[in-house]
Amino acid sequence: MNGRPGLLRRIGLALLGPVLAIVVALVISAIVIALIGEDPIAAFQVMVDLGDTPSQQIQSIVVILNRAVPLFLAGLAVSVAFRMGLFNIGVEGQYRMAAIAAAAVGAAVALPAPLHVLLIIAVAVVVGALWAGIVGLLKVTRGVSEVISSIMLNFIALGTASFLLTGPLRGSGEGASIVTTKPIPESGWFPGLNGLLTGLGLAEPRTELYGFLIVAVVVGVAIAVLIKRTRFGFDLRASGLSPSAATASGVNARGMVIKTMLLSGAIAGLIGLPDLLGDTHEFGTQFTGGLGFLGIAVALLGRNTPVGIALAALLFAFLDRAALPLQFADIPSSVVTIIQGTIVLTVVIANEVARRLAVRTAERAGSAAAAPPTEPGEGGGGGTPPSDGPTGHPTGHGRSDDRQGAQA
Amino acid sequence: MSSVATSPGTARSGRGQFTELFTGGGRSRRLLWLFVGVVVLFSVARVLSGQEALTSSSTFSAALLLAVPIGLAALGGLFSERAGVVNIGLEGMMILGTWGAGWAGYQWGWGAAVLAGLLFGAVGGLLHAVATVTFGVDHVVSGVAINILAAGVVRFLSELLYVDNAAGGGAAQSPALSNRPPDFSLPVLSSGPDLLGDLESQHWFLISDLAGLLRGLTHEVGVLTLIAVLLIPASYLVLWRTAFGLRLRSCGENPAAADSLGVPVYRLKYIAVLISGGLAGLGGVFLVFVANIYREGQTGGRGFIGLAALIFGNWRPGGLAAGAGLFGFADALQLRSRTAVVALLLLVALLLAALAVGQAVQRRIVSAVIAAVFAAASLVGFLLIDTLPPGIVFFTPHLTTLLVLSLASQRLRMPAADGLVYRRGEQ
Repeated sequence: MNGRPGLLRRIGLALLGPVLAIVVALVISAIVIALIGEDPIAAFQVMVDLGDTPSQQIQSIVVILNRAVPLFLAGLAVSVAFRMGLFNIGVEGQYRMAAIAAAAVGAAVALPAPLHVLLIIAVAVVVGALWAGIVGLLKVTRGVSEVISSIMLNFIALGTASFLLTGPLRGSGEGASIVTTKPIPESGWFPGLNGLLTGLGLAEPRTELYGFLIVAVVVGVAIAVLIKRTRFGFDLRASGLSPSAATASGVNARGMVIKTMLLSGAIAGLIGLPDLLGDTHEFGTQFTGGLGFLGIAVALLGRNTPVGIALAALLFAFLDRAALPLQFADIPSSVVTIIQGTIVLTVVIANEVARRLAVRTAERAGSAAAAPPTEPGEGGGGGTPPSDGPTGHPTGHGRSDDRQGAQA
Repeated sequence: MSSVATSPGTARSGRGQFTELFTGGGRSRRLLWLFVGVVVLFSVARVLSGQEALTSSSTFSAALLLAVPIGLAALGGLFSERAGVVNIGLEGMMILGTWGAGWAGYQWGWGAAVLAGLLFGAVGGLLHAVATVTFGVDHVVSGVAINILAAGVVRFLSELLYVDNAAGGGAAQSPALSNRPPDFSLPVLSSGPDLLGDLESQHWFLISDLAGLLRGLTHEVGVLTLIAVLLIPASYLVLWRTAFGLRLRSCGENPAAADSLGVPVYRLKYIAVLISGGLAGLGGVFLVFVANIYREGQTGGRGFIGLAALIFGNWRPGGLAAGAGLFGFADALQLRSRTAVVALLLLVALLLAALAVGQAVQRRIVSAVIAAVFAAASLVGFLLIDTLPPGIVFFTPHLTTLLVLSLASQRLRMPAADGLVYRRGEQ
């Protein structure tokens, strides 16, 4: 019917979900904080407070961005599989295997700077893809559910990584409390972006902003284009929406499973690299863990679109940063995890509620559009009882009879 | 009986006497033969490798201990998935169960711990049911959110209640339980004169292995283990032999049809997911009983493995018990003895060799060759390796599960409407 109000309503409904979710999550968190006898408003102030001076604020933002980059990649890896209806719960193992392999290869070779970094990235991508490929292969050849095989492969990756770290790839001395691989020489480090920040006239932060941010943005754009604008992306989305319809239109379902898992694993391989190439330069027992599982939450929150995932990753990174200041303020930092879990749950519920509202308004608009032509026809037939026509009209019998008469 | 003499290729159409002996007589006979085959296989592997730990009663008793939490989680998954709700949140519900058991256990003893664990798990289930049944959220999504949330909630509660607690405990653990649950042994056979123990220590082929198995399953069995084992047939009876069970399963197969016949689909799904959470919580209680304390991260992904056992067991109680048992056994073996794990390679070699012969008989040359190659590789591994490093041994149970699943995973059938969001009046 009329386009503009419909469009506005659509945008309103799309925003309704996330806004509703964040409001509900905040209310629940406030109740939790109030229950332990702390002031929720003060707690939220602590979380939002990035620092007093500009340099502190820049520092906080850099910490958030550095945390958001791996989270974004993790969410992206999960979402690619999600779009095809595959649940890649094995991102955790994939990035762990990729990171240790990349660290080992990076430490073992000496190449000029750009080649060295490229080689490390290539190793991580290939290892991640192969580890995920096992899942795809088992699914299409042996019919093993990808959920189960990837959970098992997570444990296998954990064990293998710990074996490699303490055995053949051990770089640190015998007595060291933290076991690590050999460090990657400086030619294999990814340059940071602090020069860019100071170039923009901002204060120099204490922590280096990961240069991998640029890689993440490029990968995000590439995936967006791949999913939205290519044949492969179309096949992938079609298989996700209706496997039988996709197969009927000539999509090779088995091939798609393998390709999708390889792609998802390749992105997963990148997750460990921001930390590895930008900060630690070696894989060790203290290497960041749990990113794969957080990636699932980020992908869900971002509704599987690259832009959404980027926003979700920033939100999660923002919440993670708040853990330390909260602890200084004597509030349990586990509040952050509760907020994250609540947000995911409320977002999915709110999305569903919003979707149902949208369906209902569409139905109402549809029935309103369909009603006028049918009503006179039925009225003209004469035999039909008048109560059929005005269902849903709050005005009641008499009025609708009048209108029928007027239209006739 | 002319078919006895026919070539193996035609054995599929008409059963010979030999085939009849093994596969005739229905499921129970086949399962019996399977059991006998497995015991013989283990016996052979034990005698050849000299690894007594492979079939010792202590290994089996540890296996039972490790299998119970997984079995309980899987049983929880069974109820929920038979009603059509996929439950990835088992892990989170289990975590809630461990915390509840620790909290009630240190104050009021083991009975309260059981109740609290059930209740806390059921709260997780309730959350899952509200999200998936009432609000129609994707089941996997809701489950993942519950896992994240549960980890945060227990940490938060611990920081709130255990830090600065006079009874002990801290941000990651509870005070110790105030009393231990009782345990039982079978008189005469596995305690007192301990006849099975004597038999086991003779190291006779087959007989001692069987004695080890029986003694492991009957010596000092905890009360919760007993309940868990009894819950398996009980679940079967409830789900397959009562009207309630039939209605519950109909929600997992075709909710629209069930609804049209007057089955209260929403209510049944709620009940199923609540039971599911309670059982997963009970699995958590069991873990707390083993350690006598609640500790963060105690579940160690057992909820996920329970889910694997459920799928492994083809969404049936007996099958999931076998899956949990297999996982528990492999886990127990790696905990008891790192050298015994190497003997598993011999077992795998024997198994794959048998598979290769079977495939060759059925003229599937490619799979026969693949199986034979892997069998040879396992044998070489067994002969060359003395002990495996701890990192590798750690994932023995997971690798075993993966191998078994990939060898026997094609005939699995999940409930038809499992994981689908059902909305009344929407198709």
